[in-house]
Amino acid sequence: MGWASVGEVRDALARERYLADEALATAVYLAGAIDQPLLLEGEAGVGKTETARAAASARGARLVRLQCHEGIDVHHALYDWDWSRQLLALRAAEHGRPAPQLYSREFLVRRPLLEALEADDDVVLLIDEVDRADDAFEAFLLEFLSDFAVSIPELGTITAHRRPLVILTSNRTRELHDALKRRCLYHWIDYPAPEREAEIVRARLPGVPEDIALRVCDAVARLRDADLYKLPGVGETIAWARALLALGTGDLQSTLGVALKVREDIDRVRAEGLLTGA
Amino acid sequence: MPRLDLGGLAARLRARGVHTGLGELLVAHRALAAVDAADVRQARAALRAALCSRREDLEAFDEAWEAWLDAARPSPLADPAVQTALPHVAIPGDGGAEGAAGTPVPRPAAWSEVELLRERDFAQMSDAERTAAMRLLSRLARRGPTRRSRRPRPSRGRSGRPDQRRTMRAALRHGGEPLERRWHAPGVQERPVVLILDVSGSMAPYARMLLHYVQAAVAARRRVEAYAFGTRLTRLTRELSGRDAGRALARASAAAEDWSGGTRIGEALAELNRVHGRRVGRNAVVVILSDGWDRGDPGLVTAEMARLSRTAHRLVWLNPLKADPRYEPLARGMAAALPHVDHFLSGHSVASLEELADLLEGEM
Repeated sequence: MGWASVGEVRDALARERYLADEALATAVYLAGAIDQPLLLEGEAGVGKTETARAAASARGARLVRLQCHEGIDVHHALYDWDWSRQLLALRAAEHGRPAPQLYSREFLVRRPLLEALEADDDVVLLIDEVDRADDAFEAFLLEFLSDFAVSIPELGTITAHRRPLVILTSNRTRELHDALKRRCLYHWIDYPAPEREAEIVRARLPGVPEDIALRVCDAVARLRDADLYKLPGVGETIAWARALLALGTGDLQSTLGVALKVREDIDRVRAEGLLTGA
Repeated sequence: MPRLDLGGLAARLRARGVHTGLGELLVAHRALAAVDAADVRQARAALRAALCSRREDLEAFDEAWEAWLDAARPSPLADPAVQTALPHVAIPGDGGAEGAAGTPVPRPAAWSEVELLRERDFAQMSDAERTAAMRLLSRLARRGPTRRSRRPRPSRGRSGRPDQRRTMRAALRHGGEPLERRWHAPGVQERPVVLILDVSGSMAPYARMLLHYVQAAVAARRRVEAYAFGTRLTRLTRELSGRDAGRALARASAAAEDWSGGTRIGEALAELNRVHGRRVGRNAVVVILSDGWDRGDPGLVTAEMARLSRTAHRLVWLNPLKADPRYEPLARGMAAALPHVDHFLSGHSVASLEELADLLEGEM
């Protein structure tokens, strides 16, 4: 269901244990209020995909997710024909069954975009990691997002019954086309401040001891200030807190591999004693 | 620096009774290509040797030469683009400050103007030659690496994998009997390229031309990222994109603040690895255009080059100084970087960038 205000979005997301700041809540609210897709960018692990997931459950909507990958095309994203069933139907027709309509809805395989388009219930469409798809697919997406209608040659044009809430995420491995960006609202998800991150950890891991939440968030904040190749995301913070919880210790040094995945980074943190006293 | 047509000189010689036919002209072109074209005295001597065949010719040659030089000095109003459209050869100027900066380059026997221009060191070019060379560079910049795409293409014959969708379509023509099997094979797509240009003081003679190449590459190809560095790294991809090359270059110059300043290769690469690491994907070819003079810490250069060579598909270094056969990579930055470089090329002339294009299009 639609939201009435930004505050409502924030509270609804918080109930899904996703703590959105004012700007993100506003962006999500607007995406629903003015029917524009929302493009989320940010470093790895800041919770871009999670936003869509939380928004879907906060609305009580179904999440339809399209994971982009290299070489993705219309047949992965929109529709395909179930060729093996088509063949079987033809064979059956030879043995006296009525001749099938091969290119009819009966043999249509719905991929995520078509599913979102034809949904009668409330749907949040997540188009994940758009930057992995190629330009050709981006151009198709542009068309799809501007009209919410697609044409399938054999079936004709299919228009959305109701516009879904659309969230796109990009890891910025390449710059998206300006035309696509213009169609979208844009929000950059930044790393949260340590206090806020501690709140996130508490929200995601209910019952986490206060000292673990604070220590992990403090350590992560220090790492993000350091000169490292790959900085830990919020996902890593939560995983780190969970790891400490599972071990029942507070040993940050020996569990550094939960937060940092580049050997040079780990060596550097150890050599420079970045976590001493943390 | 004058930019002349040898035909004009030949006409003047003929007017003074010197026999100057096509054969002599060809020899003259080749002679010019074989000497250091930046040195006006060498060029004169070469042409004199090529065009004169009797003692009497020498005096006529001296007169014709003077007249020719006078006529050829470009008027301030002359549009270099118009000049380059006319038949001509690259003719030496007296060198001057520019000539001293570069080193003579051995030239293969060549007689076309394009040949001459191709081999010519950017640092020794006249403005008109630059204009012509830029055109060649723009053409070169369209060439780049490719890789296999995951998006399949219909293929002829039985290569690749069965394409059930098209097989089904074909089967309909035979009453549902899949008589013709269809196949598809992986297509080809552009491989991402990252161009990193050194704009510090020591690169000044080359930076403008190389920036032009970088700009043309960003404009012509889809997945090209461009950076400039002196003391720090600036991303120029956005500034350099767009069709209007002049404006793009102006934007880029404004964005990269440390033109002709010092060099900190290590710091620049460190920033590239950390801040822009995602843009240097595992499948990108990274090309560094720098002379390797570094005022920073060589240890940092080693560490960051090692990181870059691990994340990039291939690492290419273009060093204009390498054109000199006597060049040895003794500059600290260069020495530190070289062990991690897959290909080390020169990058001082159109021909050397052609070499880069060949490399990029090849197997690497």
